[in-house]
Amino acid sequence: MPFNLYKNHRLFVGIIVLIYLSLSVLIAVQPAWSVQENNALLPGSEPQTGEVEAGLRVFVAEGCVGCHTQQVRNIDMDETWGGRPGIPADYAWRTRLDNLRAPASVLGTERTGPDLTEIGERQPSEAWHYLHLYNPRSVVTASIMPAYPWLFAEVAIAGQYDTQVNVPDEFRTGRGGHIVPTEKARQLVAYLLSLKQVNLPDGAAPVFIQYKKPGVAVATGDPAPTAALDGASLYIQQCQACHQANGEGLRGAFPPLKGSPVVNHANAELMVRIILQGYNAREEYAVMPAFAAKLTDAEIAAIMTHERGAWGNKAAAVTPNFVKQIRETIKTELAP
Amino acid sequence: MKRQSLKLLLTKIIVVVGLLACSADAAFAQPGSIDALLNQPGIIGTIGLLLLVVVFVAFIAIIRLGRVVQQLNMPQPNSQERNLDEALINLSPAQLGKLVERHQSLVYQLVGNELAGDEEPRDERGLISHLSTDVHSPLVAEKKKTFRNGEVDPRLITLVGAFLLSATFWLVFGTVVGWYVGIKFVRPDIDHIAWLSFGRLRPVHTNVVFWGWASLAMLGLGHFVVIRTGNTRLYSYGLGWFSLGLINICVGIGSVCLMAGINNGGGEYREFIWPVMGLFVAGVGVAFINFYQTVASRKTGEMYISNWYMLAALVWTLILTVIGYIPLYQNGMGETIIQGYYMHQAVGMWFMTFTLGLVYYFLPMSLNKPIYSYSLGVLAFWTQLLFYTLIGTHHYVFSPLPWSLQTVAIVFSAGMFIPVLAGTTNFLLTIRGSYKHIADSYSLPFLLIGILFYFVGSVQGSLQAFRFTNVIWHFTDFNVAHSHITMYGIISFMLWGCIYALVPRFLGREPKQLLVGVHFWFALIGLLAYIISLMVGGTLKGIGWLEGKPFIDGVVLMMPFWLWRAIGGTMMLVSHFVFAYNLYDMLLHKSLISDSALPMPQAHAI
Repeated sequence: MPFNLYKNHRLFVGIIVLIYLSLSVLIAVQPAWSVQENNALLPGSEPQTGEVEAGLRVFVAEGCVGCHTQQVRNIDMDETWGGRPGIPADYAWRTRLDNLRAPASVLGTERTGPDLTEIGERQPSEAWHYLHLYNPRSVVTASIMPAYPWLFAEVAIAGQYDTQVNVPDEFRTGRGGHIVPTEKARQLVAYLLSLKQVNLPDGAAPVFIQYKKPGVAVATGDPAPTAALDGASLYIQQCQACHQANGEGLRGAFPPLKGSPVVNHANAELMVRIILQGYNAREEYAVMPAFAAKLTDAEIAAIMTHERGAWGNKAAAVTPNFVKQIRETIKTELAP
Repeated sequence: MKRQSLKLLLTKIIVVVGLLACSADAAFAQPGSIDALLNQPGIIGTIGLLLLVVVFVAFIAIIRLGRVVQQLNMPQPNSQERNLDEALINLSPAQLGKLVERHQSLVYQLVGNELAGDEEPRDERGLISHLSTDVHSPLVAEKKKTFRNGEVDPRLITLVGAFLLSATFWLVFGTVVGWYVGIKFVRPDIDHIAWLSFGRLRPVHTNVVFWGWASLAMLGLGHFVVIRTGNTRLYSYGLGWFSLGLINICVGIGSVCLMAGINNGGGEYREFIWPVMGLFVAGVGVAFINFYQTVASRKTGEMYISNWYMLAALVWTLILTVIGYIPLYQNGMGETIIQGYYMHQAVGMWFMTFTLGLVYYFLPMSLNKPIYSYSLGVLAFWTQLLFYTLIGTHHYVFSPLPWSLQTVAIVFSAGMFIPVLAGTTNFLLTIRGSYKHIADSYSLPFLLIGILFYFVGSVQGSLQAFRFTNVIWHFTDFNVAHSHITMYGIISFMLWGCIYALVPRFLGREPKQLLVGVHFWFALIGLLAYIISLMVGGTLKGIGWLEGKPFIDGVVLMMPFWLWRAIGGTMMLVSHFVFAYNLYDMLLHKSLISDSALPMPQAHAI
């Protein structure tokens, strides 16, 4: 056979295989191998076990990764989704799910729904997750997420240990009796609640590339004044999922803020305490998570001022200083 | 006269495009940052590319509509005619009689059989090449019938036909699923059935159109090309049927698995678990042996360029899939590196490479002239191999993957300009001077649109990989638009062009021209509605994220765009049903036109 690539098919195929294989090893196999070998979990991260591990399998089977990313990129846009950009160690737990299946591809390529890196931190309420899974529209009106009623069962008499899901009537779609989560729903929610970023051991400050003002030089010294905080927008991000856009909450799940005596009280101390420390005193409602670590004094003040003036509420504005005072009081109270 | 109206049309087009651009400006006029945005080369480039497509399609559409309007406006009574009418009413009976007599002699026509008598016409020497009894339709130009040169081996017809029919079945099934998941964006509570939920159906759509429709259609057409270009016989029909069976079973079982919630971990296009994907790999392997042996038995000295592309696509896909599924290096972030490598090249090394090979055969064949430049084809081939292989990580820009890998991916994404420009130039220069052929043919318009999108889609993809454009577009619906520009605008349009060029030659049965026109226009306009709505919506959503708006605002903002996507998707789906009927018409339907309607010289069989 001639030594001519285009006349000698054996030579031709040999050469393209050789080039393609070497490029593939260079660009994919070798880097993948090296990342896999030089990787370990961060100290302080909890290994996935039991329910959480099973929940990941439900997460994968239902195709959640098609719409939800789990990666905080190192650009400022992603600051909403986590305190620091993701690093390879955050994903070191990923191994094959079983003999049939590759590691869960949780990083994702589409953000049709919110990023879930810190969903356990952002939305720690189990009751909220059950309602949301049963039908997302029952808690987030504008949501387009699929409903997962097949993860729930209908029982005539709820057992002592059953978690009941108080689905509003218009979302029950003909199901009577008590609605309780199946094992799969419990696993899935356990998995979601386990999703939290682990702090870097040296407590290094997060580095995000700034893109918010394209074309404008970054880092002009002064941090922006915090006076411009938008309470309404913060409310949408932090509170609306439970307390709803109309402030009326959901019967049997989340209490109303509209007309609430706590919200309208002249002295806002109790309200600040509930926000900072969380609240679980009322049987008929789900647990309120604590926001002390998540929100600054200024942010809490902005949200409270919004809540105390919206939906017909008529209470005075709250200053960041007031929130700060109470935060410190709580600290001294808790000190041994 | 004609030139004037053309000029008028051109000015109209410019005005329309200008208005469109203005309204686009208005839509983008979000507070702040807009000017800076428009200074970004990636964004300017993308807007330019999109306008290219819109102007081109609008140009054709306006010419077509202009013809309709012309026909409708034909009878225009003027004052002269009215005067004549009045004069006629006032005629005397004698004058009237003369006029009637004159009228009868003017409209006298021969019956047509004065010389031939009543015998049936016959064409014993095969002199008549073009018979048309179609009534002229203003919306669809009358196209030339296909010329059959030589009998095709009936065994080949059956094999290729089976490939194409299977492919078309998967196309219809896969796009019904795609259409349904598109509807779910607008009506999320349309059903509450586990097997039909969005998360499970979305990969069914992508995998079915990938491995079912495009792969089988490519392989079917490839079996014909590999024989023709080598002037030889197929190595083994048995192997051909075997690979068809393997891939069909793979897609069938795979779809059921996905709907049952059994997937490989959720990586895009890698959702089939390995025992299922193994069937596909086996099918491609069998096809590779068959193609390779057929090429080996070719009667020509050089391998025609189509065969490089097809052999390369087959063997690269084998390597790619095996690397993608071997678990040894896929723990931790290893999985993500492999995922980027795999999902990008499933498109680039399999669909794009194979389809280019097909176009290198079917474009010159339809134009009846050789490809413009062999050297450009060579350049495109080797640069495709060098650059495309390295750019998978551009799906994970800003992720925790090594920054160097990301940079390599971005740099070589820009390098992709070279094979894309080489390929596009080659095709367009081949077409140059033969534009009449395009107007005359019903397969060439599909190929031309495919070539146009090859340029637009690939360049746009490269621009999207730039870091800044990535900030705005990544994770938004813009990605979905890009994948439809490429898999639909490039691959599907090219495949349809090839199918319409080839299949009428098999049995001499033509599809109805009106229906081919419906297929073309519904698919094209549907696709444009689909991609423009998602590109505009995706950009606005990305800007909203950049400005720190609440996430749910982006969902609310997308609602009208998702509705437009559903409308575009519906048109695309309709066009697939029409295409399926056309294929049925060409392959299975006992057509009214007898086989002798198409001339076929008693030349050598293959």
